Amino acid sequence: MSAADILTARREAGAKIASGKMVAAGDATRLLEAVLRPGDRVCIEGDNQKQADCLARALAGCDPDRVNGLHMVQSGVVLPEHLDIFEIGIAERLDYSYSGPQGARIARMMGQGALKVGAVHTYLELFARYFVDLTPQVALVVAVSADRDGNLYTGPNTEDTPTVVEATAFKQGLVIAQVNEVVDRVPRVDIPGDWVDFIVEADRPFHVEPLFTRDPGAVTETQILMAMMALKGIYAEYGVRRLNHGIGFGTAAIELILPTYGERLGLKGKVATHWALNPHPSLIPAIEAGWVEQVHCFGSEVGMEGYLAARPDIFFIGPDGSLRSNRAFCQTAGLYACDMFIGSTLQIDLAGNSSTVTTSRVAGFGGAPNMGSDPHGRRHPSEPWLKGAAEAGGATDPLLRRGRKLVVQLVETFGDKMVPTFVEELDAVRLARETGLDLAPVMIYGDDVTHIVTEEGIANLLLCRDAEEREQAIRGVAGYTEIGRGRDRGMVAKLRERGVIRRPEDLEIDPLDATRSLLAARSMRDLVRMSGGLYDPPARFRNW
Amino acid sequence: MERLSYGHDTDAPLGGDRADAIHGVVASGNLEVLMERVLPAGRCEVEIATPLSGYEEVWAAVVSDFVERVQPGGVRVSINDGGAQPDTVMLRLLQAARLMEGGR
Amino acid sequence: MSRDAASWYESTARARIGDLLDDGAFTEFLPPGERATSPHLALFDLPEAFDDGIVVGRGRLDGRDVFVAAQEGRFMGGAFGEVHGAKLVGLLRAAFEIRPAAVLILFDTGGVRLQEANAGETAIAEIMRAICEARIAGVPVIGVVGGRAGAFGGGGLIAGTCSGLVATEQGRIGVSGPEVIETNHGVEEFDARDRALVWRTTGGKHRALTGGADAFAEDAAAELRSAALGLMDAAAPFDAGTLRAEHDRLAGRLERFGSAQDAPEIWRDLGVTEDVPALDTAEFGAVLDRIGGRHGAR
Repeated sequence: MSAADILTARREAGAKIASGKMVAAGDATRLLEAVLRPGDRVCIEGDNQKQADCLARALAGCDPDRVNGLHMVQSGVVLPEHLDIFEIGIAERLDYSYSGPQGARIARMMGQGALKVGAVHTYLELFARYFVDLTPQVALVVAVSADRDGNLYTGPNTEDTPTVVEATAFKQGLVIAQVNEVVDRVPRVDIPGDWVDFIVEADRPFHVEPLFTRDPGAVTETQILMAMMALKGIYAEYGVRRLNHGIGFGTAAIELILPTYGERLGLKGKVATHWALNPHPSLIPAIEAGWVEQVHCFGSEVGMEGYLAARPDIFFIGPDGSLRSNRAFCQTAGLYACDMFIGSTLQIDLAGNSSTVTTSRVAGFGGAPNMGSDPHGRRHPSEPWLKGAAEAGGATDPLLRRGRKLVVQLVETFGDKMVPTFVEELDAVRLARETGLDLAPVMIYGDDVTHIVTEEGIANLLLCRDAEEREQAIRGVAGYTEIGRGRDRGMVAKLRERGVIRRPEDLEIDPLDATRSLLAARSMRDLVRMSGGLYDPPARFRNW
Repeated sequence: MERLSYGHDTDAPLGGDRADAIHGVVASGNLEVLMERVLPAGRCEVEIATPLSGYEEVWAAVVSDFVERVQPGGVRVSINDGGAQPDTVMLRLLQAARLMEGGR
Repeated sequence: MSRDAASWYESTARARIGDLLDDGAFTEFLPPGERATSPHLALFDLPEAFDDGIVVGRGRLDGRDVFVAAQEGRFMGGAFGEVHGAKLVGLLRAAFEIRPAAVLILFDTGGVRLQEANAGETAIAEIMRAICEARIAGVPVIGVVGGRAGAFGGGGLIAGTCSGLVATEQGRIGVSGPEVIETNHGVEEFDARDRALVWRTTGGKHRALTGGADAFAEDAAAELRSAALGLMDAAAPFDAGTLRAEHDRLAGRLERFGSAQDAPEIWRDLGVTEDVPALDTAEFGAVLDRIGGRHGAR
């Protein structure tokens, strides 16, 4: 049968359960059993934010005698059902990008051979493969509302939906969408109805994780010290205006000291003006203080909807008045149009390679490897990009020199429970060796990393001229970890003289000045107040 | 609880004339530091009670760096640790020393 | 940051005393150098604190001689152990003898320390008795509730015996804490992770609206200072008349609101149509004034 014939057969089988395009939530499993065929390549939508959870439950409820051998291609392995389907024999192979809460279970199942993982991708890489060799035959997506024709409204969390639907619908694949409600007229059309085959009205609103909310009340003095160093030693020095931030407390601290410490340094309008970033609540003070000119978002953030709608001058807002996010475009923006990525990681080795994968947790990467890599396809110049290249030096004619994106790792030398961040060998390498992977799941490669910021100082790896200097520069900011204590003190002193390593005092920062009074907002309540009451944080972040 | 103690000779007495100072709170990932000016001017002693075992070398390194940097002569330092990271320990030590020197 | 604006919620016990009292006037009883630490925690291999999590002493508030106790909510949740409790008992008994203008208790506690429960429970009873005796002697005992741990368990009981209580929005007062209620009665009855629910049930605003706190203040030392001074002046004599009035007030409250399922029902009954959690201190103060919520019994 041709792909077109198969699609026709799927539609006919589904039509028996549907009324027009509409399927009741209770019939979702029957619908999937009718349209899926053994061995299908299936994309179930879900990433670090929204989840097609009703359809995930429906899939996990399928009879494995009828639906089996599926090859799942999906951004996120987040819900228990995403892995249940492997245990009960519905699915067999997995290609994915991100996994938060299920990271430990994936590691266990990989070890037991219960899961054949093709690869852990970056978001953009996986999206690319949707159009080349991992095109879904059936896509299960999620939206806020649909009309009877199947037009979808995604609300602010558009995220991956356009990418997944485009790859599926135009290659004779079947698209099924779960929606919170069916309406007469959707507020805006995010996905045209003729790309969508069936609509399931879900039994409850889809889950969205408030992954990007950091309570200012939990920001520590150490994080503030590191934020001060990053701002003064990197943002200011390179004139970084276009950037992406990771989701940790360290970058939240930077966002929160822009209107205070940043203002004092005279940096307003000179740094951090254009962003590829989810709508971090911790950016509200900087936005309100007039620091931020523009933000494009991968997804949205729970509770930020009202604030976003009120700031179309900053965010990308549709004619309906709500945010339109788009993960694929924003990842591309982060890769090609940002001059800096700054984020955290769990482990860094002596060459600067880093990973969030440990032997007991295969968490995946999400977007960090895109943001945190130097795009060789980039051609347009900018101040930080050229300065980075000049520092990296080399004999090349400056006119032929590639620019350098700044890729900054912002880490405390010890993580939770005194686990050292700096290691001789990444757990990712051991995992690859033990499970026979071709490649270790490295998040950011050492040769892409330009700076490492810890509470002890900044290591500028661009200025290192060989592997030994690089190693000592890393040891020189690794604090009291074993790696740090193993430094060659003489060589570290020389690197400091050359400005390869810079301590707080070299930047004229007194660690005792790194207090919480520097935070433009010190509590969730402050963020709400500064948003003019428009930010409505989820209950778990409130103390009022 | 692991109890550690270190003694160092110093080149100078700690500045200021405050007799004692306490700083920090015994909480998860935090610690309290009590400084008392009760020793001869060229001596500093540090006593630590910590719930985490196996970090003697780290404590020794932090204490020795602190003594070298601040020269807290005459001071007995007592630490109740709640599992703080070394940089937090150093920060609290510096903050407590500043209190002893008369700062706020 | 000026000490007046410093967040009470974020501060330590020691910083709160410094921010609250007149400059340089504080004398600590049993200071950390005395090492009056818990005799029990070492048995459980747990860290001690040199002050056992409570700072007690004598100082001046607007020139008036006051005794102060401040609990450190971050050390073991501010919980009462043997020494911790004994320091507060001793302070209150000294107040009975010396008759300062007031005793201020800066609550920040989840209740009794599990590891020394018998001693802690005994201390709670002794503290309540000592508070009554101090009040009979004419020394008002004013509670301030605005720390992370609130005033729960025995701390909630003690708060109930004070001459007056001032709470902030963050401050919570109760006996069984949210987790305890959830454990005993199920998540359907009370979801301890629903922080909005926790605060609208035990938080400072709800307590102020229903007379569980006598004054409401912004989360800043200066505001709490003036609220505490106000309560010192307003403290009723500790006599049969005051107690009868308080019993009548509580009986009336139970009758009126006893069947309510959630705090907003009570607010509506009180004629408060505003979204209470969203109000700032000034707006909320106006609501309290409108409904006559500032009462003086106890």
